[in-house]
Amino acid sequence: MRPEGRGELDSLYFTYPTFDAPERRDHLTDRAAVVIVGGGPVGLTAALTLARCGVPSVLLEAKSTYNDGSRAICIARQSYHIFETLGVVAPFVDKALGWTTGRTFYRGRQILEFEMPDGPHEKYRPMYNLEQQYIEQFLHEAVRANPLIDMRWQSEVTGIGDEDGGVTLQVRDANGTYALPADWVLAADGARSAIRGMRGLRFSGQNYEGRYVIADVRMHHDYPTIRRALFDPACRPGGTVLIHRQPDDIWRIDYQLRDGESAEAATREDAVRASVAGVLSEIGHEGQWELEWWSVYSANTLALDDYRDGRIFFIGDSAHIVPIFGVRGLNNGLADAQNIGWKLARVIKRTAAETLLDSYSPERRGATLDVFANASKSTRFMTPPTRGWQVMRDAALSLALNHPFAGAFANPRQMTPYTYADSPITLADRDGFACGPTPGAVITNARLDDGFLSDRLGPGFTVLAFGALDEEERIATVDPDATIVTLDPQGETARAYDAEAGTVYLVRPDEHVAARWKRATGGDVAAVLAAILSGQGAGQ
Amino acid sequence: MSATTLETVYERLAEAIDATGSEKETLLLAKLALLLAEALGDPDRVVGLIEDAARDLD
Repeated sequence: MRPEGRGELDSLYFTYPTFDAPERRDHLTDRAAVVIVGGGPVGLTAALTLARCGVPSVLLEAKSTYNDGSRAICIARQSYHIFETLGVVAPFVDKALGWTTGRTFYRGRQILEFEMPDGPHEKYRPMYNLEQQYIEQFLHEAVRANPLIDMRWQSEVTGIGDEDGGVTLQVRDANGTYALPADWVLAADGARSAIRGMRGLRFSGQNYEGRYVIADVRMHHDYPTIRRALFDPACRPGGTVLIHRQPDDIWRIDYQLRDGESAEAATREDAVRASVAGVLSEIGHEGQWELEWWSVYSANTLALDDYRDGRIFFIGDSAHIVPIFGVRGLNNGLADAQNIGWKLARVIKRTAAETLLDSYSPERRGATLDVFANASKSTRFMTPPTRGWQVMRDAALSLALNHPFAGAFANPRQMTPYTYADSPITLADRDGFACGPTPGAVITNARLDDGFLSDRLGPGFTVLAFGALDEEERIATVDPDATIVTLDPQGETARAYDAEAGTVYLVRPDEHVAARWKRATGGDVAAVLAAILSGQGAGQ
Repeated sequence: MSATTLETVYERLAEAIDATGSEKETLLLAKLALLLAEALGDPDRVVGLIEDAARDLD
């Protein structure tokens, strides 16, 4: 929502372009290998992931432009690695604000300052703040420049039906309606997914009581990019307020509604202005400020029981709704897009069996359930659901004023990428490793020459071989797209990976470890790679 | 700990609950529980003691 007299797209800092429905109609009904429904960050990332593997797609977006407000603003480190693999990270690096620190206040006094894991071995910071419109703009500019992606704006899906070996979508735009046949569909159409509804699928999970207003203001405010959480502040007794800095002098104020306060009343402009003024007074901002945009949300943990329905895969918010405190809504959606993207591309190009796709739902649903477990803790702390949780929360906050140990309860538990330990395409350790990324985990980055280990990863699977790899040629016979990176068995990376001469890590296209061996030959690696691509599972 | 000093704890707790008043006594006791748990450094034992404390409340 925006202040009186301004339209939904009248932003103080962002100029919205308008994109038309396709004018040329002759090719619209051509059969597509993949149709992606929804042109938000997740759908755009899916299209770019497929295109990077050489697979064309049609991308349908019902709206005529980018998202109307800043909405998802926290981009986690691993999402930067996804953007990097897609060749789009540069504008994000230029525009977004990186951060590592959070501060928590109780009744105006700081009780905790936490640092997210970071260091010289990391290429990117743990978190970046950037308004969602920019995220979409940067991804869309890459999509528009890519001849493999046919993006159609103002194109709404009104029906979807199964056919033998495919799906047919009914599409409506300003110039007419048409039937679009597809081999596969990726539903990236958001929390209110029309595809989910048309397929008769429902979320299961919990709705929490807590409701929050997110409001953006533009102001010159001298404070570093540090996430501030205010518990029980004078401006909202008993409530919780979060403050984030964004580019373009935009500040995100996020505050909890009181019990019994109606969302309708709380989102009226005068109510939002009064609440924001209270928060700004609390943090000592005395200068001018302008109200830019606001919205309301509740802290839900909802997900589909299966992210696949026949030849349709659900990615992003269409598959799962998570509370914001772990900043995993956008970031897990991007990981969904990358996960299904590399697998589906290989199935379409017939370099992997269709059963490879069976690993998508367990891996990504596992990531969602992990977020639920952590987010439930954060949500209970931010929004205590009962008297018991309220008493203990207040006890911890009160103690934290003088006892640092109690401040740890207020740590927002910023999430790290999920480890696919139980995935059918992860091979559990048979050798003992003292450290290093475990099977299913994202690789640990490291300094290497003038750059980083992540710079050396190939576009497909990567074999990290410490020292010479016997029978290296066997790998190319299974997967000609695999990249072999030879690393010093004595170096800093070897220590971080508990590696010696002969140690091998097999890394997936999404930078998760598929398998590792203390000593292996190219033949050992080829056998596991063959099992993964043939859909038998890594342990077969 | 000798009986005399445990009795001192008993008395101080009674006085602290009275001084705090019924509105805040729960908060006082919850803070004390967290402080004692931190000092004890044995979360399993604390969980067992919570179960002990929850018995025979009627």
